[in-house]
Amino acid sequence: MAADITGTRRAPWMLLSPSLATVGLLLIIPMLFIVVYSFWLRTATGADQVGFYLDNWIEVLGDRFYRDILFQTFAIAFYTTVICALVGYIPAYFVANTPVKSKAFLLLMLMLPFWISYIIRTMSWINILGTSGALNTVMLSLGIIDGPIQMLYNQTTVVLGLVHYLLPFMILNVYVSLDGIDKNLTEAAQSLGCTGFQAFREVTLPLSLPGLAAGSLLCFVLAAGTYITPIVLGGPRDAMFANLVFEAIVTQLNWPLGSALSLVLLALLGALVVIYTRYLGIDQIAKSFE
Amino acid sequence: MDDTKRYERLLNRYRDGDISRRTFLTALGAAGVVAGVTGGPMGMLAKTARAATPEQVRFDGWGGVVSEAFEKYAFAPYTKKTGIKVISGTFGGADEYIARVKAGQPGEFNLAHLSGVFDYARYHGLELTSELNEANIPNLQNVIPSLIEPLRKISGGTLSAVPYDYGTTGIAYNRKYISDDEAKAKGAKLMIDEAYKGKIGGWGEWKTRVWYGALQSDQDPNNIKDIDAVWDMIRSHRDLALKYWSSGAELMSLLAEEEIYVTEGWSGRIKALQDQGHDIGYLDPAGGLGWQECLFVLRGSPMAACEELLNFMLEPEVAIAVAEGQSYPPALDPNKVELGKIIPTLPAFDPKGTLASLSFFDPAYWNENEADWSKTFSRVQRGY
Repeated sequence: MAADITGTRRAPWMLLSPSLATVGLLLIIPMLFIVVYSFWLRTATGADQVGFYLDNWIEVLGDRFYRDILFQTFAIAFYTTVICALVGYIPAYFVANTPVKSKAFLLLMLMLPFWISYIIRTMSWINILGTSGALNTVMLSLGIIDGPIQMLYNQTTVVLGLVHYLLPFMILNVYVSLDGIDKNLTEAAQSLGCTGFQAFREVTLPLSLPGLAAGSLLCFVLAAGTYITPIVLGGPRDAMFANLVFEAIVTQLNWPLGSALSLVLLALLGALVVIYTRYLGIDQIAKSFE
Repeated sequence: MDDTKRYERLLNRYRDGDISRRTFLTALGAAGVVAGVTGGPMGMLAKTARAATPEQVRFDGWGGVVSEAFEKYAFAPYTKKTGIKVISGTFGGADEYIARVKAGQPGEFNLAHLSGVFDYARYHGLELTSELNEANIPNLQNVIPSLIEPLRKISGGTLSAVPYDYGTTGIAYNRKYISDDEAKAKGAKLMIDEAYKGKIGGWGEWKTRVWYGALQSDQDPNNIKDIDAVWDMIRSHRDLALKYWSSGAELMSLLAEEEIYVTEGWSGRIKALQDQGHDIGYLDPAGGLGWQECLFVLRGSPMAACEELLNFMLEPEVAIAVAEGQSYPPALDPNKVELGKIIPTLPAFDPKGTLASLSFFDPAYWNENEADWSKTFSRVQRGY
């Protein structure tokens, strides 16, 4: 009897062990290495000095430079998320209310950008917005402008590139939420005297908010962690926090400082995910990948 | 410090009584766990993947036409003669490659086409230099002595690399908007000219920015007296610049598309633009920046195989073909080797073979300031 109980207790752990081993080996242990690294020091030759030093943490947490770039990063991520939410809701609504036959095709179209490299998609804006790019060429040929307009290499183009990259994530999340709403509810609201817009505002929109929140979380976290877009579409000053991590690790060969910087970003974004999970539940995000 | 030294030090501390038996065993146990992740099965995989065996050597370079020339003129005949395969890899930049090497194990990477003296000193500082047996590289006799000596000085008389080519980072300008006379008159200060605000570019690399900041503040880049003045010049350039480019392809695109009218540029890349028909001028200003590239052999590599490959790559036929492919003069001494008709037309080519007119990074001086200046540049770039 006792053996049965022990066996029953062990069974879930046995079943979970491959997943736990994978997470442990590929996530937890490497993360611990990063934590250990953050307490080492970089010597003048670029080699690491093993030990327990708080210098990197004091620098990262006490230096205004890092706080400012972090604030700038979150501001860019916030603008990107808001634009994605505003722009992404409409196509998601359209797809959700399309007959089933066309829905599969539209969803396939939505996934299409993922088949092209993110870097190439980002670089495509240079051919569109450059001084000899498509937009300037069209406006010049139509006589709208006398000379090419400088549109590239500023914070606006960084946000534009991020919106282009992240919009499908927002649309998918909102679509999943909208698709799960019982259509009878909207019809019931209208039968009780609501106009179409009132039914949307009072019924559809509130019920789709979890999807909107899940999409926003994904967009914000992915935007805040990017470093390619500012390199390709940004000007000299336009940097995000991940660029500092890249510079510390690759350019300055300062892995200890880079580790501390990456842990700060991880902790802040992780806190955001924890808050979201506490109030809205992480399962909403999982639905969009089902 | 390698693992063997770490273990020896740990053992000595235990023998000297500095640590208890328990601490010693705990430390060994922890090392075992780390080895289990990075050294055990992963290490075996790495050994399979690495090219340190005599059957093959690994070469990493910049890719593109240079790698194609290496493949055709050096690697293929080398493999045919020796039976040793060359596994060819590429990297995007010297910083990226050194990070990869640092994360790897001795012998995983063998040869690399690296930027000259500064990186050579960096690798030496990280204890990644090897010791070439120069008797196995007879073609080294044909290399310009003034390119070899700085390397020899860093590694205490021996060599871990052979110089391969050289070039300059001068000022490139669009002749449609900036005349040769104006460029010559303004020199390095052309890039902080308010008249071209929003049409100025620059390489987003701290060394080049500091070098040109020194020239713009009328200082010797290898002996900067007023670094604050240099940072002020970098700020002025930053505020006028549209874009810091990060690759040769981006540099060429920005100039060709007329996004920018003036920037620093690599002599070979500007020559390539000129050959494509773009009216781009190129000027090495007074105190302009010269550099060399070398073929570096990393510590832990199969030396005899690497030395033989280096000798192949220094064969005049190979070195000239590669030089023509990348538009940078080879490191071969024009007094000893007939370089053909194209090489003398390349920018930065020195027919005397002394390179006396070029200024190079003083590796000791720049390495001493590297940690401080690279970090400060990161801040200045972002508006500080």
